Amino acid sequence: MDFLSYLINGLGLGSVYAIIALGYTMVYGIAKMLNFAHGDVIMIGAYVAFFALNSFGLPLPVAIILSIAVCTVLGVTVERLAYKPLRQASSLSVLITAIGVSYFLQNAAQLLWSSSTKVFPTIIPNGGISLGGLSISYLTLITIAVCIFVMICLTLFINRTRTGRAMRACSEDKGASTLMGINVNRIISITFAIGSGLAAIAAVLLCATYPSVYPTLGAMPGIKAFTAAVFGGIGSIPGAFLGGLLLGVIEIFAKAYISTQLSDAIVFAVLIIVLLIKPAGLLGRRIREKV
Amino acid sequence: MPEKRLILDVKDLGIDFGGLTAVNDFSMQVYDNEIVGLIGPNGAGKTTVFNMLTKVYQPTRGIILFDGEDTAKKNVVDMNKAGIARTFQNIRLFSQLSVLDNVRTGYHNRSAYSSLTAVLRLPAYYAKEREIDENARELLKIFGLESEAENLASNLPYGAQRRLEIARALATGPKLLLLDEPAAGMNPQETEELMDMIRLVREHFKIAILLIEHDMKLVMGICERITVLNYGMMLAEGTPAEIQADPAVIKAYLGE
Amino acid sequence: MKKNGIGTLVSRKKRGRTVSFLIVITSYIIMQAMMSTGNLSSLFSGLLVPLCCYIVAAIGLNLNVGISGELNLGQAGFMSVGAFTAVSVSGYLASAVPNPVIRLIISIIAGVIAAALFGIVIGVPVLKLEGDYLAIVTLAFGQIIKSIVTNMYLGFDENGFQFSFVDNKTKLAPGGKMLLNGPMGATGTERISTFTMGAVLIILSLFIVYNLIFSRSGRAIMAARDNRIAAESVGIEISKVKMLAFVISASLAGAAGALYGLNYSTLVPAKFDFNTSILILVYVVLGGLGNMTGTIISTVILVLLPELLRSMQDYRMLIYAVVLIAIMLLTNNETVITKMKMIQKRFSSKTPGDRAAG
Repeated sequence: MDFLSYLINGLGLGSVYAIIALGYTMVYGIAKMLNFAHGDVIMIGAYVAFFALNSFGLPLPVAIILSIAVCTVLGVTVERLAYKPLRQASSLSVLITAIGVSYFLQNAAQLLWSSSTKVFPTIIPNGGISLGGLSISYLTLITIAVCIFVMICLTLFINRTRTGRAMRACSEDKGASTLMGINVNRIISITFAIGSGLAAIAAVLLCATYPSVYPTLGAMPGIKAFTAAVFGGIGSIPGAFLGGLLLGVIEIFAKAYISTQLSDAIVFAVLIIVLLIKPAGLLGRRIREKV
Repeated sequence: MPEKRLILDVKDLGIDFGGLTAVNDFSMQVYDNEIVGLIGPNGAGKTTVFNMLTKVYQPTRGIILFDGEDTAKKNVVDMNKAGIARTFQNIRLFSQLSVLDNVRTGYHNRSAYSSLTAVLRLPAYYAKEREIDENARELLKIFGLESEAENLASNLPYGAQRRLEIARALATGPKLLLLDEPAAGMNPQETEELMDMIRLVREHFKIAILLIEHDMKLVMGICERITVLNYGMMLAEGTPAEIQADPAVIKAYLGE
Repeated sequence: MKKNGIGTLVSRKKRGRTVSFLIVITSYIIMQAMMSTGNLSSLFSGLLVPLCCYIVAAIGLNLNVGISGELNLGQAGFMSVGAFTAVSVSGYLASAVPNPVIRLIISIIAGVIAAALFGIVIGVPVLKLEGDYLAIVTLAFGQIIKSIVTNMYLGFDENGFQFSFVDNKTKLAPGGKMLLNGPMGATGTERISTFTMGAVLIILSLFIVYNLIFSRSGRAIMAARDNRIAAESVGIEISKVKMLAFVISASLAGAAGALYGLNYSTLVPAKFDFNTSILILVYVVLGGLGNMTGTIISTVILVLLPELLRSMQDYRMLIYAVVLIAIMLLTNNETVITKMKMIQKRFSSKTPGDRAAG
């Protein structure tokens, strides 16, 4: 029974990672950049939701929508101002800029809202359902449900809509996409918008699980989700989903069966082993250089 | 003609990519100090043969004997050490290194010294570097690149980049030089010069040359023997005159 | 193509080597003079040793990222290995080797050896990968090293060493000494690092890196960076030369960490986290890939910048972030690049002596 409840908790945590990882993987797939500021978008989303709920007393759905809206605008703005001028630059220049954006957001948050931790209100009632001796909290259930819902919507969007098709075309070949009449800049903006909107959803779920809000809140989940994206094969949407879930399960199992202190080390060790066996991640494609 | 030494002996070579057979039942011989041409329509598998000979791709079937030795267990680096050097169809220079340094890298195994020698600047460092420098400059002179020695390789004009690739390959001291479309992108005059240069290389370095080329004037002009490849299979083999008269070759090139 | 005003490629690079040695030696003399005449604020003189550490680690990282072309996001991990090894060795030898300079040298060597060993062990799997996957694995190793050091307990008493992992099970006899204390790291370290040793380490690392670059191995490393397949085709063993760059880079980080660790009485493992790795990477990228002089200058500016902005108090890190983004946008802006080249041309055409030197 312990095993099953750990597994479900792992899937809950993994669902949050998966939603964040989707943002990393979509941006990587289309803009070919590691957006290190993604974790800090989560942090901004958490603050917006916190103030909406606590200071303005808005109902939860409104708070979530507000958080999504702010993060979407933020993501698109950052892309326009900081990343768009660097389309032709080396990937390292883009990486350093993303790090700059990350510092900027963290320090702006610290200036605006101080570095002290704010306690996120309880948004999902305690308790849960029990199935035979197994009890599952509402929070875990909702988190997993949201993740599955997001995944289904995203898959439908990518496969069934014109914009989704354009996105796939851009991730294959930007030059050819432009020739086919696709506005690549618009597609990149939309990608950042979706990724950042997902970050807001992840922020609310994350704060429902760990109810504290502070300026560096996004750093560790960001790194973990980034790891999850690579784990699954960066650029692959099902890969991010699978990678996120697996990472969550491994982390919870490592904490339960091996050691809480070493859980991070174990997670990263598993990543290394997976990459050595499958160098492009679980579902990633390896492109061979033509000689 | 006196009996020449067999340098490359390829028997029933073949490779599959996934389920697709790219090259099959390919056999050929190259003798010492000979210029041999490998021709065929686009997509016939010529570069794939080069990639197998240099072990960029490991062949699925067949045997490559180089200088009498089986090469089944050798990798790309081993093949170069054994004495095969090559150029690439899509030029592969060390773009951020100078022209001279590109050639110097060719001496990596011929004038070797340890990195400790380098860091401590031991006497062997100066001796070996002088040796490398002299040899590399001499090669550049042969290829008319001595005035460009200090420039970035990527700043060279196209024709000069092709010549530099040949110089770099020769620096490794090969017994067999593989040239992958050396005249691609050259004008008739440059091609003419290249033909003289290839002959000169053969005389000067006493090596065998196997080349892939679409320029028939060049191939017929300098190759002693030609192998024709079509759809991954050998179509014909013979002297330039025999190949030009072969009905199967004419059909493959001109269609029905 | 012809020789232009700023000299040929090789002469320019070799001049860069001379310039960087001159900068380090001159700065050292000036700083020493200012310290002895009391013209240096205590805040500033306290920054000198860490500054040297960051420079050494950045020079090492530039060998890895700039010359070898592999993005490494775990340089702080190697600093950590060097730091805690050196601190432990120094703590253990406190009574056996009373001379602080000799003990410092022994401790730094120990730190370098430990970091080099980690470099070899980590390099084997890491260098099997390419590109972003390689980068993420260095990040992962950085995190693993941090986790491991955070869980290490090491002490010694008259009966010898005691070591435990995760939970502190060491029971030292009276008079025993804890060298590593889990998340608390090293405490009560005797501060034996000096600015002179920092300057010596910078010069040594420049010496090693430059001598390597202008040699057979350096050319092979850069050839492997520029074109893997072509490098193999001329007989260069990619994994071997990449490993050389990776291990030297790790060793220099080890030396930097050792000097850093022995400069503070307490040192926590969390100091060498992902942010520190990123910080060093920023120095390298801003200074210019493969450009060691640039690395030194950018490290000095970026380490001092937050201190110079101290009057701005809360806004300083925000300004730092803005400066970082602005530099990246400006240095990649077409019009700015063209203008800079024009200025450079005009400037160099006015100095005919420069042309003669090239």
